[in-house]
Amino acid sequence: MFYVSMFFQYVSQYMKTRLQYRADFFMEILSDLLNQVVNLVFILVVFGHTQFLSGWSREEIIFIYGFFLIPFALFSAFFNIWDFNDRYIVKGEMDRILTRPIHSLFQVILERIELESLFGVVTGLIIIFYSGASLNLELTWYDPILFILFAIGGALAYAAIFVVIASIGFWSDAKTSIMPMMYNIGNYGRYPVDIYNKVIRFVLTWVLPFAFVGVYPASYFLRKEEWYAYAFATPVIGVVFFMISVVIWNQGVKRYRGAGN
Amino acid sequence: MEKYLAMIRMRFLMMLAYRTDYYTGILIYSINIGAYYFLWNAIYGEKSSIEGLSSMQMTTYVAVAWMARAFYFNNIDREIATEIKDGKVAIEMIRPYNYLGMKTMQGLGEGIFRFFFFSIPGMLLVAFIFPIELPHEPATWGLFGISLLFSFVINTQINLLTGITTFFLYNNAGLIRAKRVIIDLFSGLLLPISFYPIWAQEVMKYLPFQGISYVPSMIFTNGYSSGEIGMALLQQFIWCIILIIPIQLLWIVAKKQLIIQGG
Repeated sequence: MFYVSMFFQYVSQYMKTRLQYRADFFMEILSDLLNQVVNLVFILVVFGHTQFLSGWSREEIIFIYGFFLIPFALFSAFFNIWDFNDRYIVKGEMDRILTRPIHSLFQVILERIELESLFGVVTGLIIIFYSGASLNLELTWYDPILFILFAIGGALAYAAIFVVIASIGFWSDAKTSIMPMMYNIGNYGRYPVDIYNKVIRFVLTWVLPFAFVGVYPASYFLRKEEWYAYAFATPVIGVVFFMISVVIWNQGVKRYRGAGN
Repeated sequence: MEKYLAMIRMRFLMMLAYRTDYYTGILIYSINIGAYYFLWNAIYGEKSSIEGLSSMQMTTYVAVAWMARAFYFNNIDREIATEIKDGKVAIEMIRPYNYLGMKTMQGLGEGIFRFFFFSIPGMLLVAFIFPIELPHEPATWGLFGISLLFSFVINTQINLLTGITTFFLYNNAGLIRAKRVIIDLFSGLLLPISFYPIWAQEVMKYLPFQGISYVPSMIFTNGYSSGEIGMALLQQFIWCIILIIPIQLLWIVAKKQLIIQGG
């Protein structure tokens, strides 16, 4: 209960500071939106030259992209830890975090929330409903529940990867620029995995589970039965990977020695 | 002139000191090239060519477009914005050089550094992994080089313009981000301009963006006929000249209404 109330305390503080600089706030949302438009334009232009992408139609690819946006938005809103090493370890801020009465990872997440990213959920839903309608997808009563489970599972899988990479900072002081690299690899998950070769497919499934953020869960709603096993594994993969990442984080915290003066 | 050469040199040396950052940069670009390689392969499927480009040419296009970006890309718009916000620009303006010229030279120093430590090794690495066809004729390399210089100039001019808007907007972080996304799309980095629908191509003809990435990449992939190369280079050159006008105008107005916020 304490964690929940802490969460809302931080959210309300965050809203206050952000709404103080409203123009900035809206510019951020707008530039995210522009990014999404560019990605959609890319898909639309490409499908001006082909009917299918490894057997997936234009609307299906758009649907996958729309789905991807939702877990990605959840991830970006709550796991904005790409500069964890610079911000907390190099500057010794981690010392302060450890004196707080809640779990260190949770504390870091609370301090770094970026709620405007949640707007991506709205764009994602619009895209999904638009492409879903043109594909005549049918909904069952339990689909919304699965949808939420898959979206959270995808977000956790994404978060797990970044928590593990942030934890590297506990072991090595060297400035790591692996984070931006991960963001780029994450883009691989926006497209059907069957366009990649076997090695990349394996990596995207079992090592860096980015495929569970986009194509796998989306294929359930697209009724692609050959991918159902992967689709239903999404929440499990998300939870398992996230638990592993928290264990690694805790190990890292034990090793933390502090820096600076 | 000498002081500008010194600027190029200083920036080059500064970049050299932090060169380890660039090895991961090469990896990031290679990852992006890889993503587009697989995507384009799937798009080509059974087709041997789309809009006159074979799938091999397309891979080459993607590779050279990204590695050329390493050369022309710079953050001087963001640097100008920070210097204005910090109030440093006041000191910069009383120094005995042209502020915008100095920024351009810093960008060039950065570009030259990245050309040798990022673009060339990156291109070698990518050519090793993916099926890429390098141009055979020395003339193509020469024309590509000229075109690449023009892309640097055009991109830098657009960056200067974006940077100067800080004088009027005070906080233009959003604009800078938006500009970057628009350039990636309209310059031909993500998609060759010839792939767009005809109406969009017509619009883009009147914009400077395709001079940044599309023209050099097309020259490199032999996607142009010799007549087209001449026209494209001429167009790039004309844009380099035209863009000077709004920069100078904005600069004059900006200097007049400069407000130092801090310092």
